[in-house]
Amino acid sequence: MTGTNKTPRQSMPEQNPQVRARNFEEVPLGYTPEMAVAEAGRCLQCKNPTCVQGCPVNVDIPGFIKHIAAGRFDQAIGKIWERNSLPAVCGRVCPQEIQCEGNCLLGRKGEPVAIGNLERFAADWERAHHVCELPSREKATGKKVAVVGSGPSSLTVAGDLVLKGHEVSLLEAFHKPGGVLVYGIPEFRLPKDIVASEVSCLGAQGVSIECDVVVGRTVTVEELFEQGFDAVYLGVGAGLPKFMNIPGENLVSVLSANEYLTRANLMKAYLFPEVDTPIPQGRHVVVLGGGNVAMDSARTAMRLGAEKVSIVYRRSRAEMPARGAEIHHAEEEGLNFELLVNPVRYLGNEKGRLTGMECVRMELGEPDASGRRRPVTVPGSEFILECDLAIVAIGSGANPLLTRSTPDLPLNKWGYITANAETGKTGKKAVWAGGDIVTGAATVILAMGAGRKAADSIHEYLTWGW
Amino acid sequence: MFRIIKREEMAGGTVVLNEIEAPRIAVKARPGQFVILKANEDGERIPLTMAETDPAKGTITVIYMVVGKSTELFSRLQVGDSYQDVIGPLGQPTHIEGGKNVVCVGGGTGVAVLHPIARGMKEAGCRVTSIIGARNKDLLILEDKMRLASHDLHICTDDGSHGRKGFVTEVLRELLEKGGVDQVVAIGPVPMMKFVSLLTKEFGVPTMVSLNPIMIDGTGMCGGCRVTVGGETKFGCVDGPEFDGHKVDFDELILRLQAYTEQEKLSYHVCKCKGEL
Repeated sequence: MTGTNKTPRQSMPEQNPQVRARNFEEVPLGYTPEMAVAEAGRCLQCKNPTCVQGCPVNVDIPGFIKHIAAGRFDQAIGKIWERNSLPAVCGRVCPQEIQCEGNCLLGRKGEPVAIGNLERFAADWERAHHVCELPSREKATGKKVAVVGSGPSSLTVAGDLVLKGHEVSLLEAFHKPGGVLVYGIPEFRLPKDIVASEVSCLGAQGVSIECDVVVGRTVTVEELFEQGFDAVYLGVGAGLPKFMNIPGENLVSVLSANEYLTRANLMKAYLFPEVDTPIPQGRHVVVLGGGNVAMDSARTAMRLGAEKVSIVYRRSRAEMPARGAEIHHAEEEGLNFELLVNPVRYLGNEKGRLTGMECVRMELGEPDASGRRRPVTVPGSEFILECDLAIVAIGSGANPLLTRSTPDLPLNKWGYITANAETGKTGKKAVWAGGDIVTGAATVILAMGAGRKAADSIHEYLTWGW
Repeated sequence: MFRIIKREEMAGGTVVLNEIEAPRIAVKARPGQFVILKANEDGERIPLTMAETDPAKGTITVIYMVVGKSTELFSRLQVGDSYQDVIGPLGQPTHIEGGKNVVCVGGGTGVAVLHPIARGMKEAGCRVTSIIGARNKDLLILEDKMRLASHDLHICTDDGSHGRKGFVTEVLRELLEKGGVDQVVAIGPVPMMKFVSLLTKEFGVPTMVSLNPIMIDGTGMCGGCRVTVGGETKFGCVDGPEFDGHKVDFDELILRLQAYTEQEKLSYHVCKCKGEL
């Protein structure tokens, strides 16, 4: 054995919870070069690395870590870029514990190599120094690809195809590219200048980025073909907010998490009135749901000055779909958890403002089809939870705006696009789809993995035909 | 960037017209659809229904009343200046069916939205009677255009300074009492659309209103614009903006429109103090 196991996993310094709970700055502060070298030195450099299999885009993990261990920081990022055009994003938001790090051999007996932290270090170092060369482009093929949406899967498709010599146009409905990276994930988890920088990197490689284009309204998929595109990739995400459909839901202080986070992140409403978009502020904010979006909303509300923020979730802590690290951060920042609680109706005053929520207590019954124990209402357990702002983060569905304008595109019964899992091909010729609009709301890196496969398939089509 | 090629002031400068270069939108837009505009980097996204489109020139026209910080910022843009973002066309186009006897009712800047619909209905072979109103003579807009778009035009002002003294609903009641009205279209302030809808309900005449809830994205991803129609929640931006006036919960809409009153005042106040406006 080498000495690697003796070095402990380098923990990343973080802002103090009491301080950070009231600011929008990033929580983890990043590795110093010394810490990065120490952590990289723990990697066993496996001949047959299982970590790579755990990464949906198969980054050469031992390869880039080797460069960091040797202090060749300028070469580390080049290695990552071969497979992943968004390392600063992935290093921050991937659930590494169930992907690369979950597969790390060191994790069997001790702590896995902090692959995410190292990826983040390599990307941040490059952003500060700008010494690496962008991957080189192949000869122009003369083929044109329209990539609809500019979230993680679309950015991956665009990045891959432009390097293969195709002419790529990224069409985004919002006024800024990045999809969920700009409107959904808060600044304190993913600074927006980092997203802008990774997107502009694609621009530098030759991807044309056009915002304010709502495909389905401004232009249809059919019209894109008429305008000379040879292939279309649909990466429009799952941006339809779900509500609970209980009485009082249209009171003014009840918002979808999509609205709340879009105001806060995309429109930077946390800076209001420095910027023009307002955001409702509550003294006692209740967030419904137990996923990452619920954690993001709750932690945002805390930073906007709420006295108390409660997560209301109908199952128990063990069933929460949010990442462990996010729940842990939320707890450190003083969020209150109301577990096994379900709202029945919202209560408001004569001004249409929320004053509280009638809830019931739940208990876990038999496992349901998904294998999770189904929550059932405890009879007679009604109680009132006082609150003045409610954020609904119970999931999202497929936004029908694009699909309704593309009648020959096969959908499944929930309105998601049917696409081949291996290629991303849809039932409409020369149209691919990937990410949340195919799978339903999932993770950034899974969307990127889908984008990678679709890009390979699109390249094959443009070279050989359907 | 979306350049302004024409700017006009109406109603004593309280209402502004902008003709904007937006070729993609100009080609696709139909009467009743709207756009979202953002003036600059720190600006908010504001929805406005298009008053006119010119596909050949590649332009769209919006007409808005200056009511707060964002519309004030818009009104400061001169010919040659640009909106940073214009997104559209959004929403469902107006359903226009020929051969009907239609009454088009417009109040305030709602007349700007009503105009292409009235014209479209007249072109489709409807008999169009229009009633337009404002608080006073100076605030009335598009009188000449509405005259051209209608077979009959009635004008009302609250103070009687032009046309008939009183509300549009009074003229509408007389027309409904005479009978033969197949459809009413009402566009204007929410209370006006509410009272028109209550009145036409008495007479059982189908009524279409164009709603103006608060919006952010305008593409159905946030639900900020939700309205209750016939007991069901609808998204104003994708299901509307036009709805059956007899089914709309106007009182809820009025409350939801007041959601940010305090912040809107603050925003206006802060920028005035900083000398931005």
